[in-house]
Amino acid sequence: MIRVKNLYKSFDGRIVLDDISVEFESGKTNLIIGQSGSGKTVLLKCIVGLHEIDKGEIWYEDILFNKLDFTSKKEIRKEMGMLFQGSALFDSLTVEQNVRFPLDMFSDKSPEEKTDRVNFCLNRVNILNANNLFPSELSGGMRKRVAIARAISLNPKYLFCDEPNSGLDPITAILIDALIKELTEEYSMTTIVNTHDMNSVMENGEKILFISDGVKCWEGNKNEILNSDCEKLNDFVFANSLAKKLRSLR
Amino acid sequence: MIKFLTYMGRYVMLLQKVFSKPEKPSMYYKQTIRELMYLGFNSVAIIAIISFFMGAVVALQTVYNTENPLYPKYLVGLGTRDSMILEFSCSVAALILAGKVGSSIASEIGTMRVTEQIDALEIMGVNSASYLILPKLIATVIFNPFLTLISIIVGIFGGFLASTVFGTMTPEDYIYGIQYAFIPFYIIYSLVKTLVFAFIITTVSAFQGYYVSGGSLEVGRASTKAVVFSCLLILLFNVIITQLMLS
Repeated sequence: MIRVKNLYKSFDGRIVLDDISVEFESGKTNLIIGQSGSGKTVLLKCIVGLHEIDKGEIWYEDILFNKLDFTSKKEIRKEMGMLFQGSALFDSLTVEQNVRFPLDMFSDKSPEEKTDRVNFCLNRVNILNANNLFPSELSGGMRKRVAIARAISLNPKYLFCDEPNSGLDPITAILIDALIKELTEEYSMTTIVNTHDMNSVMENGEKILFISDGVKCWEGNKNEILNSDCEKLNDFVFANSLAKKLRSLR
Repeated sequence: MIKFLTYMGRYVMLLQKVFSKPEKPSMYYKQTIRELMYLGFNSVAIIAIISFFMGAVVALQTVYNTENPLYPKYLVGLGTRDSMILEFSCSVAALILAGKVGSSIASEIGTMRVTEQIDALEIMGVNSASYLILPKLIATVIFNPFLTLISIIVGIFGGFLASTVFGTMTPEDYIYGIQYAFIPFYIIYSLVKTLVFAFIITTVSAFQGYYVSGGSLEVGRASTKAVVFSCLLILLFNVIITQLMLS
């Protein structure tokens, strides 16, 4: 479980996150939704410690993460996996070397065991016969799946995904969403996904946090989101013309 | 002034991260070997070519400026040798390497920053500064002295060919000149400068790349800044080291 309490973050005096408090549950796909520029990515990067927060608390189980020193944070980070918006695969390494990297760095497994684990992770995300390809030779969807394989190679307790289906076609986006949900349930991870894709929200939204202009506006799940009183959330959810028509029919 | 102090503070903090204990030394070793190939061996050809022509030009200029019969011919060999050892093979070569290696380091690390690859390393619990910069630093500090020695040898050979083929002197005069009044300390002086310059090129360029933010335009700017600042610092430290070691 990850708990965020009264989190504030600003850049050069401009407040980006204003008093955010939320609890992300284990074994569930937790979503952070909001418009572009609402502060989703900053919130996610604050939670994983890539941005220093101005005020507030971030708890991983019973550990106050934001007060830890660099070395202690590194220990928690070994339990994290993250899928970045642009995949962030290492350009100079092949697919296999990318997935193997965390294992080489942090595990004491034998080379054969590492190879087995790499192949298992790649099979799990349906990447076959691509071990020796470089990231530049992969499609966007394949890159995301390799990035997921790398993120789960060390069996993380926490999985973070920053807009996992941005730039993907609708079918591939659905596959990626389904994969994240399956992996979350399979390994009982605490998964936090940043998205503004309503299909992801309706498929995976077991816990949803909606933020607008850095402020928490609404919290709930996919069953409650369509019946919310929050005006900003309704503007976001029913933004496209089809959704507007459906809403008017209700 | 505040901006300068902020830069210096960030630079020192980055170096502190770079020199912290590696997570897994074997991974750093592999990375160092890769950097030795990439930053070291790949620079041999350019250094050899430039040194050859520098030595040739120095020798020819010395020939044409010492045509007075009162000057002994062997001065050409002596002048070429000392010019290569004292200045050209360490300082001028360092300026060339600042362009080649410095821009490569800054753009590689800068691209990793803007494409979130550095964030990915951090999330895994890897000390990204150390993992990315320390192997490059070790590689350049180990290999650049060899580049300097290669440059000295090739430069003196270039001078030999130019002065004997185009000049008016005999090979014996040139060879006598390069052996005449040799001071071994000059080699030490040259290698000390090379080590300091290797440190400057690698750390300043890595610093520019590591803290880049934005997109490809900023990576390009960081690469340019890396070359400019490295060159300025090389020139400054050239004066300081010369004053300290030769005065």
